[in-house]
Amino acid sequence: MSTATSTTTAAALSDPAPVSRKARRQQGALTRSVVLHVLSIAVLVVALYPAVWMLVSSLKPTNEIVGDPSLLPSSAGLDNFRTALAGIGGVSFWTFTWNSLLLAVLSVVGTVLSSSVTAYAFARIDFAGRRVWFALMIGTLLLPFHVLIIPQYIVFQKLGLVDTFVPLLIGKFLAAEAFFVFLMVQFMRNVPRELDEAARIDGCGHARTFGSIMLPLLRPAIITSSIFAFIWSWNDFLGPLLYLNSPEKYPLPLALRLFVDQTSVSDYGAQIAMSVLALLPVMLFFLVFQRFLVDGVATQGLKG
Amino acid sequence: MSTVELRGPSAPATPAAPGLKRARRAENRIGYAFLAPWLIGFFVLTAGPMLASLYLAFTDYNLFRAPEWVGLENFTRLLDDPRYLQSVKVTLVYVLIGTPVKLAAALAVALLLNSGMRGQGFYRSAFYAPSLIGASVSIAIVWKAMFSDAGIVDVVLTGLGGQPGGWVGDPDKTMPMMILLATWQFGAPMVIFLAGLKQVPKELHEAAAVDGAGALRRFWNITVPMLSPVIFFNLLLETINAFQVFASAYVISGGQGGPAGSTLFYTLYLYLRGFQDSRMGYASAMAWVLALVIGLITAVMFRTSNAWVHYSGESK
Repeated sequence: MSTATSTTTAAALSDPAPVSRKARRQQGALTRSVVLHVLSIAVLVVALYPAVWMLVSSLKPTNEIVGDPSLLPSSAGLDNFRTALAGIGGVSFWTFTWNSLLLAVLSVVGTVLSSSVTAYAFARIDFAGRRVWFALMIGTLLLPFHVLIIPQYIVFQKLGLVDTFVPLLIGKFLAAEAFFVFLMVQFMRNVPRELDEAARIDGCGHARTFGSIMLPLLRPAIITSSIFAFIWSWNDFLGPLLYLNSPEKYPLPLALRLFVDQTSVSDYGAQIAMSVLALLPVMLFFLVFQRFLVDGVATQGLKG
Repeated sequence: MSTVELRGPSAPATPAAPGLKRARRAENRIGYAFLAPWLIGFFVLTAGPMLASLYLAFTDYNLFRAPEWVGLENFTRLLDDPRYLQSVKVTLVYVLIGTPVKLAAALAVALLLNSGMRGQGFYRSAFYAPSLIGASVSIAIVWKAMFSDAGIVDVVLTGLGGQPGGWVGDPDKTMPMMILLATWQFGAPMVIFLAGLKQVPKELHEAAAVDGAGALRRFWNITVPMLSPVIFFNLLLETINAFQVFASAYVISGGQGGPAGSTLFYTLYLYLRGFQDSRMGYASAMAWVLALVIGLITAVMFRTSNAWVHYSGESK
């Protein structure tokens, strides 16, 4: 192509003064690198400031939080955490944490089981009507949840399941979140067919091929899905707000809202301490699994 | 099931032998066995409720009395409901300004990280972090504290010579505050942009540079067209997401959309009407209007995408 020839001519033309050119280019590269890093660090400060501010503020007395942009507390203490951990209206903080944990863990189990089975059907079984169902499944990705919540609520209310965890979990066990099915289908399509076809020729049925060949290979997708399912359940607010009435069944986000309603508006100290506690598992997940999360988002986007 | 469906790429064109037919039937059975959980979910949790809310949209229903058919009344009443019109306005401003601002920030940072610097992986992860926590109640509380009266934003801006006063209580400033919260979560679309930028062939840039094209021209004539499928994907995804913002609006506005209705987002008003006032027919009508608007936007974006989204032939 003309590209190759023109680059070589350009290189040949620059030959007469190689030393100074090279030095200048190196200096230019250095300046460029410095500018890029300064810009990146500026973005980094903006991106992380609110989170760091939250951590620091949780250690400050309330009258120091508001209006103090500095990140160093003049007097650090755990008073805010003591208030936050004391619980709300007779319900212990650990009860809320337990509820959040139970919901998140069951969400992960349900999501991984149901989504992987569904994805296997779409990716590997050649059954009649597959394309139609797959298109409908993708269609639900674009459907706003608003058209579903009212009838769903009515049904769960008639069944006497309001104020239980069932409405919050049943969808996870029925692969209702198309995002996860789609993620796993995309992953399975990249698994070489020879692997499972060999197993099929050796007499394995689909159930065994799925269980002993596909599931182990699916590990990275399962990890990514598990982390997202956990975090989404952990942060979910609307679901618990609609379905849970008794404070002893509240997960942390609802407890936080209750806490904000009950403490005086200006007691930001305890509110922020409780916010930190509520976000702690998400932050830990992020630190440990950031690669899986970020790569999951990247591949998901490109193949969409 | 129809036999036409059966003729997949692997199915023989000639009439199948009895053994093959049996194998197909077995494949169908096991296929639907695997699909059963999703199918149940689809009918019970998605398709059924969709139809039910379509019906409820034409009724007056409060959970305790049987639904009463009222025809188009819910829809005509929407047009006379100032709070509803306010929620439409708030949501449209948020979507139409917030989404482009967020995507512009995401693209700018992705370009920065893609310029071959060291530590790209670290920055990428760190910038992604706000996307993970930004929609939580915790961050909404933090945001509210930062933008409150005499909060740090107030103090810093007053120090720079601005008008004193928090943003939380000022109806003119709550929307910028919400858009900043959305923009702060630029990380997720940025990661997707970055993955897209890596697919842009370097040779194209080199060739254009040799031909004398400056950085800006190369951006418009190479990067943007090559990246357009990813821009399209992000735009669609972020627009749909922006219509559905709830937890942050609920917490920051104290659950009522205040001050002066300036944070009365569509989803929040739907929640208030449906679940606090038990006007479930009315809320269903709201839900369907939203679904139709989102459907329309999606359709328009797909239709017009032929004109500006460039799919290169050779890449898969």
